[in-house]
Amino acid sequence: MVVGIDLGSRTIKVAAVEGGRLVALQIAESGYDPHRQSLEMIKEYHPARIIATGYGRHLAKRHFADEVITEIKAHALGARHFFPECRTIVDVGGQDTKVIALDESGRVLNFQMNDKCAAGTGRFLEIMASSLGYGLSEFGAEALNGKGDVRISNMCTVFAESEVISLKNHGTLPADIARAVHLSVIERLIAMLARVGYGDTIVFTGGVAKNPAAVNLLQERLDIRILVPEPPDIVGALGAALHGEANSASGITSAGG
Amino acid sequence: MSPTQFEIKSYPDMWESLGMNVERFEKMRCVLGDVYQTTFLAQEDRPQRMDYFNWIISEIHGGRIREILDAKKEGRPVVGTFCVYVPEELVLAANGICIGLCGGSQGPVPDAEKTLPRNICPMVKSAYGFKVAKVCPYFQSVDFVYGETTCDAKKKTWELLNREVPTYVMEIPQMKRERDKTLWLEEVQDFKAQMENVTGKTITTEAVTGAIKTMNNKRKALQRLNRLQHHNPSPISGKDVLLIEQIAFYDDPVRFAEKVNLLCDELDERVKKGISVAPSTAPRVLISGTPMAMPNWKAHNLVEKAGGVVVNDESCIGTRYFKDLMDENMTDLDSQLRALTDRYMKIDCSCFTPNDDRVDQVLKEYSDSGAQGILHYSLQFCHTYNIEAIKIKEACEKEGIPFLAIESDYSPEDIGQMQTRIEAFLEQIKGLRK
Ligand code: SF4
Ligand code: SF4
Repeated sequence: MVVGIDLGSRTIKVAAVEGGRLVALQIAESGYDPHRQSLEMIKEYHPARIIATGYGRHLAKRHFADEVITEIKAHALGARHFFPECRTIVDVGGQDTKVIALDESGRVLNFQMNDKCAAGTGRFLEIMASSLGYGLSEFGAEALNGKGDVRISNMCTVFAESEVISLKNHGTLPADIARAVHLSVIERLIAMLARVGYGDTIVFTGGVAKNPAAVNLLQERLDIRILVPEPPDIVGALGAALHGEANSASGITSAGG
Repeated sequence: MSPTQFEIKSYPDMWESLGMNVERFEKMRCVLGDVYQTTFLAQEDRPQRMDYFNWIISEIHGGRIREILDAKKEGRPVVGTFCVYVPEELVLAANGICIGLCGGSQGPVPDAEKTLPRNICPMVKSAYGFKVAKVCPYFQSVDFVYGETTCDAKKKTWELLNREVPTYVMEIPQMKRERDKTLWLEEVQDFKAQMENVTGKTITTEAVTGAIKTMNNKRKALQRLNRLQHHNPSPISGKDVLLIEQIAFYDDPVRFAEKVNLLCDELDERVKKGISVAPSTAPRVLISGTPMAMPNWKAHNLVEKAGGVVVNDESCIGTRYFKDLMDENMTDLDSQLRALTDRYMKIDCSCFTPNDDRVDQVLKEYSDSGAQGILHYSLQFCHTYNIEAIKIKEACEKEGIPFLAIESDYSPEDIGQMQTRIEAFLEQIKGLRK
């Protein structure tokens, strides 16, 4: 058995594979000590190899992982496992947003990642949800009821937050504001997609893909099919595990990527 | 050299006499020494003749400054420049010393931001900050600065810099038509007149010929290093080459060329014996874009830390500085000044429009160097390079060349993100090879 572990900024995801099949998975908050948390999560598997990916991959390599790969490669491998034809992946996680283009055999052709700010990430949605007094999942559900073309024009999280508050004070319906907030994330995503290029389906992964409003709006705006793996936030960990299995089978180990 | 005792030498009395902020500079010196240690000396299988360049770095704020101050005592002028469009030959012909003053460190950026807008290029902020905070011994030693009108950030900063140190400005046109050439020639003539003004001596044809030879030799040495860097497996790291390219802007040109050639002799040997700094399977990256002033080693460091190797620098610190040589056999000053104008006009900086020569040049260097991907590096808010990256990207797409564009500044904040992108880029290169 090979374990893939994705150490994200907010959560840690673990996927165990055997013979190319996902046999177990776990998702937990990173907490204060991601190193200890990771060990806790993987201890029951006794894996032959551990492949780390995500923001904390090098930390994992220093302490327990055999090899690291980047989130980009991990998502490419993981998404193809769910959808073997997939050519475009959109991943929106806690603090990172990425768009990945693959060739027909699944090799990475091109990718884009968001720059240092939180705009266009899960964190942005979270901040806006709390300033409107919603929990995160409530916020997505509420946005589905929203209508109209209220817009959030600021990209900067701080300014966007005050924009949201002033909309609220002007009596705009919370559902409409929620929709507008989601739309601003989606439009940023579409701009990244346009730079990378995309085909007629998109695989949407990461925590934000659990949010029905985000998925709907992306579908609505692009008018193409959006595929969401279940669960969407395991894709990176799964890809890492698949990489580990493929490489141990052929005896290749490539440290550092 | 033992990696345990590296230190950048301290010369507090000399710094004091240059009017520097010694206390602050002392701290910067220590930080730079530590970074140098971990970035350069910790590399494995480094060529032995990098020792000279280690020494230059250890004496960068002392020994070399002493040489410059001694030269000044003999009446030799010291000129600070910020751009490879300002003809160094004319400084040498006036028996002067030319120092590239670009700033590459985050340290003095907050000093600059007390005055300058925050959203301009970090190179300009860093350089200006070095001057106003009095933490650069080179800046304190120059007689005057010769700026240029390449980008907006620079040309408007010169107006402010002029209050701190005499700053002359050479008008660099933005296009390369005949009439622009006429203007440029006049500017080159003015620069010569300015050099004659400060020394009180006329510049002779012989002096220019000598200077052309000196600069040709220096550029040939760098070309030779560049060709050796192209060898697979690499006999020298891209980081070390970058360091040498940066030192080219401070060091004495004759000694520098000699030392680079000695290093190249060793690299020739290494190639013969098959000694390398990275396996032949390491992903080979060409870095293209804005120049990287000392000590901006961020991108090279990340590429090589992730197991790649930088095999070519298409920037003003790299090939744009040394790719063009000059005729050494001209017999009159007039042809020399014309030839200088022509030579400098060949530099393909993004401040020009159109600048399609650069796209062709990048592709040419890509194939010459045996690179496997192009990393376009642009400093934040450098509009000309950032926008021109689009054309390079399109050319890469057409040719099927893996391409990654990065926009960064000198702060350490984005290192994590850059590392992820660069590692993913190397994975992409390896993946496409299979
Ligand atoms: S990039 Fe352009 S402006 Fe900057 S040094 Fe080079 S030629 Fe001059
Ligand atoms: S890097 Fe760009 S913005 Fe900065 S000084 Fe050079 S041309 Fe100007």
